[in-house]
Amino acid sequence: MDASQSHPYHAGHGELVRFDDQVVRWFVLATAIWGFVGMLVGAIIALQMPFWQANLGPYLSFGRLRPLHTNAVVFAFAGNAVFAAIYYSTQRLVKARMFSDLMSRIHFWGWQTIIVSAAITLPLGITTSKEYAELEWPIDLLITVVWVIFAINFFMTLKVRREKHLYVAIWFYIATIVTVAVLHIGNSLAMPASLFKSYPVFAGVQDAFVQWWYGHNAVAFFLTTPFLGLMYYFLPKAAERPVFSYRLSIVHFWSLVFIYIWAGPHHLNYTAIPEWAVTLGMTFSIMLWMPSWGGMINGLFTLRGAWHKLRDSVVLRMFVIGITFYGMSTFEGPMLSVKTVNALSHYTDWTIGHVHAGALGWNGFMTFGMIYWLMPRLWKTKLWSERLANAHFWIGTIGMLLYVMAMYSAGVTQGLMWRAFDEAGRLLYPDFMETVIQIVPMYWVRLIGGLMYLTGVILMLINLFKTIGTAPSSLEDSSITVA
Amino acid sequence: MSPFLKTNGKHRTLEGWPFVFTVLTTLAILIGGTVEFLPLVLMESNIPRIETVTPYTPLEVMGRDLYIREGCVGCHSQQVRPFRDEMERYGEYSKPGEHVYDHPFLWGSKRTGPDLHRVGGKYPDLWHVRHMENPRSTSPNSLMPPYDWLLSDEYDAESIPARLRALRKVGVPYSDSEIDNAVALARDQANGIAAGVVASGGPENLEDKEIVALVAYLQRLGTDISAR
Repeated sequence: MDASQSHPYHAGHGELVRFDDQVVRWFVLATAIWGFVGMLVGAIIALQMPFWQANLGPYLSFGRLRPLHTNAVVFAFAGNAVFAAIYYSTQRLVKARMFSDLMSRIHFWGWQTIIVSAAITLPLGITTSKEYAELEWPIDLLITVVWVIFAINFFMTLKVRREKHLYVAIWFYIATIVTVAVLHIGNSLAMPASLFKSYPVFAGVQDAFVQWWYGHNAVAFFLTTPFLGLMYYFLPKAAERPVFSYRLSIVHFWSLVFIYIWAGPHHLNYTAIPEWAVTLGMTFSIMLWMPSWGGMINGLFTLRGAWHKLRDSVVLRMFVIGITFYGMSTFEGPMLSVKTVNALSHYTDWTIGHVHAGALGWNGFMTFGMIYWLMPRLWKTKLWSERLANAHFWIGTIGMLLYVMAMYSAGVTQGLMWRAFDEAGRLLYPDFMETVIQIVPMYWVRLIGGLMYLTGVILMLINLFKTIGTAPSSLEDSSITVA
Repeated sequence: MSPFLKTNGKHRTLEGWPFVFTVLTTLAILIGGTVEFLPLVLMESNIPRIETVTPYTPLEVMGRDLYIREGCVGCHSQQVRPFRDEMERYGEYSKPGEHVYDHPFLWGSKRTGPDLHRVGGKYPDLWHVRHMENPRSTSPNSLMPPYDWLLSDEYDAESIPARLRALRKVGVPYSDSEIDNAVALARDQANGIAAGVVASGGPENLEDKEIVALVAYLQRLGTDISAR
């Protein structure tokens, strides 16, 4: 059943194709607004850690807000960014409007409904407790329905495409859509006890495995593959250069999607999971380094001969920071999966530092770069302030450096203190509290870094709304004429 | 150079076939998870049974669900690693067979506070009551938020039978009589804990409060393999 057979390469002569830009504008706005909300909650819980008085009653205590922060930044901020990227680039790459405007709108509003449901249920303590899969079963069902509608809309758009070959960005979108569906369903299998409470079908070791098969691959297929697709479309556009290597795209795409899925058990080193499973997870995690760097190299080398453009383009600078952080965190990840390193780092703030290097650096800056590139194009006007965008770049970069440095020092300090023995062979710090007091100053530094990053997002929001303010009153969809 | 990778090679042909491309991608992402997961389900030797491990009592199930509701797992792991320092600090390392009734597992990924897998029996019940009301009264300098509402809010005893029924459907061997008498069983255990708290000089009238359910769960944690 090959779509290209029924839709020949040249569909007609002089046919006008109008793209659905409106849904992209909505997704961009949702990205920026939810990004602010999610990171604000992040700043609140960052304050709650060194300052317990900031826990205000049951609904706003750390334990309930922490999943709200992770869900908001992963599924609301990064999620809407991914959808903006996919809807904008797919239409242009396959020279076709999205298959169904109705489905696009159901996708948009359905996804926002899911986010609002999360924002209501998590503070109420309605949670499965499984990381990044905390939402209870009725919301899980809604996620499934919305995702299936998104998938149908996307694949039908491929079917009616007017470009024979799928560009590398589309490969990554395909991997994203398929795998997120598989992961979400696999990890959400649960038996309801009531409308807001369910128990997963698996227990203990099996449940832990399924959770981290999901959890690690949420990082892989929600925060990596769609962002690689984003990179493959928007970076060459912004740099006005073709992608560095077609062959590298092929090799790193297939190795990345095949290897990533094995890596989950490295989250369970030295736990009650069987030894062979974590060793397998660790081995594949180390193998994953190369396919990950294949993406980084293909991104950075696309700028060969165009590095001077960074001087004038805040978009390119943001992409370069994003891809560099991708390279650093995909080196760090395999390193942390090595058992001897993991023995020190696991359960400490090192993990938090690692996650935020990826989230703030890679997902955040790739998203910001895309939004600044899209703003003038979607709203048919000039970016309101280049200087403000530049300020965002610097305050964001310095903020996240402070953040990750604070977390690295806190993590290594505490990890070393937990395992320290005195000369008589007794624990040097038998009182856990000693190891906590030591890292409290780092929690304050992290808060400052996080607030700087959040300030950058506020600058972007201002720029976005001011830019929209200068947009022409009627915004026409962009169109192309296909031969 | 492989004919597969050439600019107009076989991969280029594949790029014109979205359906085939999607099927191949799906296969690529299914292999790893399947190969790792099936042995965990099919081979019993991977999770050796421990005879003394039994399901949670009705009150402990309630307490465990409160532990989940409050997001305790965000700051406390329940998994002692087989290292000398961890066994000195927390106790015996965690075994696969100890978790067979854990729906969901609550091993956690962060220790902002200490590990709790061997916390059962480590402190008196009253210590936990005071600690939840104001963590700094038992642990000076603690960063933990207070959970004082657990001492004033009543636990939802009537919801326990439905919880046990759902757990039985996913394989926890509760008997019909346990489910039918779940509320009474929970009340009995709660009364015992509340009376003990009063006897040791703690607050009165806690028997129908959430705190007793949570204490019941915490005191059970990690104790199934110790000689009682």
